[in-house]
Amino acid sequence: MNLRRLGTSLIAPLLGVGISIAVTSVILIAIHAQPLAVFSSMIKYGASAHAMTLILNLATTYFLSALAVAIGFKMNLFNIGVNGQYTLGAMVGGAVAGSLHLPTILSVPITIAVAMIVGAGWAGIAAWLKVARGVSEVISTIMLNFIATAIISYTIVRTSVGHETSLNVRGTAMIPESGMLRGIPLLDPKTEIYGFFFISIAIGILYWFVLNRTRFGYDLRATGHSATAARTSGIDAKRMTVITMLISGALAGLVGLPYLLGDAGSYNLNFPTDWGFTGIAIALLGRNNPIGIAVGALLWAFLDVASGQLILEGVPREITTIMQGVIVIVVVMSYEIVRRNQVKSEQKNVARALEKQEVSA
Amino acid sequence: MLKGVKLASVLAVAAMALTACGSTASPSSSAPTSDVKVGMAYDQDGKGDGSFNDAAYAGLSKAQTDLGVQIKEVNSGSSATDASREELLTLLAQDGYNPVIAVGFAYSTALAAAATKFPDTTFAIVDSVVDAPNVGSLVFAAEQGSYLVGVVAASASKTGHIGFIGGMEIDLIKAFEAGYDQGAKSVNPNIVIDSKYMGAAGDNTAWNVPEKAKAASAGMITNGADVIYAAAGGSGLGMFQAVKAAGAGHWAIGVDSDQYNVPSLAKYKDFILTSAEKRVDTAVYDVIKGVVDGTPLTGVQNFDLAKDGVGYSTSNSAVDAYKAAADKAAADIKAGTITVNTK
Repeated sequence: MNLRRLGTSLIAPLLGVGISIAVTSVILIAIHAQPLAVFSSMIKYGASAHAMTLILNLATTYFLSALAVAIGFKMNLFNIGVNGQYTLGAMVGGAVAGSLHLPTILSVPITIAVAMIVGAGWAGIAAWLKVARGVSEVISTIMLNFIATAIISYTIVRTSVGHETSLNVRGTAMIPESGMLRGIPLLDPKTEIYGFFFISIAIGILYWFVLNRTRFGYDLRATGHSATAARTSGIDAKRMTVITMLISGALAGLVGLPYLLGDAGSYNLNFPTDWGFTGIAIALLGRNNPIGIAVGALLWAFLDVASGQLILEGVPREITTIMQGVIVIVVVMSYEIVRRNQVKSEQKNVARALEKQEVSA
Repeated sequence: MLKGVKLASVLAVAAMALTACGSTASPSSSAPTSDVKVGMAYDQDGKGDGSFNDAAYAGLSKAQTDLGVQIKEVNSGSSATDASREELLTLLAQDGYNPVIAVGFAYSTALAAAATKFPDTTFAIVDSVVDAPNVGSLVFAAEQGSYLVGVVAASASKTGHIGFIGGMEIDLIKAFEAGYDQGAKSVNPNIVIDSKYMGAAGDNTAWNVPEKAKAASAGMITNGADVIYAAAGGSGLGMFQAVKAAGAGHWAIGVDSDQYNVPSLAKYKDFILTSAEKRVDTAVYDVIKGVVDGTPLTGVQNFDLAKDGVGYSTSNSAVDAYKAAADKAAADIKAGTITVNTK
């Protein structure tokens, strides 16, 4: 039974990768490139210690973003606002870290706490709107993204929080070295694996534990399955909505930190702003399961990093975007087909059981 | 110059000897060849904006034809980080590309890091300053070119009402607006100038929302504006569409490239009075030529009016009527009798 379940959950991702390779091959042939050569050079580059480090670092960011989305999905909440939550969290966290001159052991936890609180607070607005006013979180979070962009822009351009960090680039004050969370050059002597990589593994384990081994996790999953059933069994659905949204936002607040504290050192106006959308795709790929999400994040990061090498060989980097898109579509479709088949076979079983009863009666 | 040609031909012979017959590049025997490999990194989506990035490409392709250099172009894609930009520049330098030219200020941190790793490679960056011995920082006095098109706009306007469309609301683009305003007011102190930016600072969509620029331009035209200047990268297309839709008597002013002659904008050319040129092409070409000649261009290179680094284009004969006024302003700026504001 367990083996069968594992089998069905592996079929979809494998199918996704397979079909996306096929589709990409056709496109590559159409633009007069050699698919085999392209794929082998992607893998060759991706297997180098240097590229692997870049992949792990980027995957750390994607993993956190997908977890933030996944915890919402578990409760049928669609948090599209991760973008706004993490950019705001990273901006405020960066500004705080830039003004602190404390030892790393104090500075980094403070930065993390600030970013999580800001992310949670921003998501909390959507949560309040949902429970108090019935506003769909899909609408409110996407609107809050725009507001976050405007707030960040105003803060960095017009207040004393912003500085010109280099010509034509404005950002928060550079974080002193003691406030950074540098990594370790584990694979490649010249490139560090972000310290946040290890933190995010711990967060992944914690996520699994809370969801599957605590009363709160049970309530959350129950509410996600059926809000009415959960209510009748005494779960306060509104309270669950608010708490889940806050956790989702707090996780989202972390998304910008691996890059901010491991590399950038300042939240400037070139900071990437759409990692939240990547998180949605990866949460779908990984079926909200932390291991599935980790694999999805690594795959996504591999494709992104390898696209830099591809373009040097004259293949447009957008090829990897196409692969990512096809993988998501195929995987989501196959999960849905598997689900429908399961529902059908369950219905058949029930019908058969009922027939038997009637006959014996 | 002569030294350059000599060195280039020595290099070319050396290149042919080294690569023997294996090379597939430059089939024509009369064209100059060089073993210099130029790596060019655009930001985000790169080429195709008909403006800033395409101006950089024009310089690159001129170097390809005139100097026979080999070229490689890459772009950073959306949601690029300093890490991914640095990796692109590193890959280029590693593969022997020299010079490596980064187009756009977003590369400044990444380029500073890459330049330290490859001290023997010449790097260049457009619109930013990176302080390293092997980096050429190419900066432009965009406000001066904008002043000149401001003079043209105010002279051409019948309604005494003109418009400005900016890309991202950052100091770099505000300098375009400041110069344009000052130039226009030097002709008509009472002129009305509408101004609209396509995105707040940090809003990366600002350079690529032509539909938004179209709506904004159409609004300005409804309010009575008859000349509009856009410094908004790929968003500028929307301004051209709106001006064309408004019909004769309305003018658009382009930016960075001579947009009258940009093939993808040919449909709108009759409405493009002039363009405030920011000669990224000249700057890029100079960097490449410096490496070919063995005298790399490093340090801060300020491309202003005196250096022909900025200017206004005269490809559309409709601008002839306003040439005298614009040329007089240009002479005054060069002489220092006019100082153009940057904010």
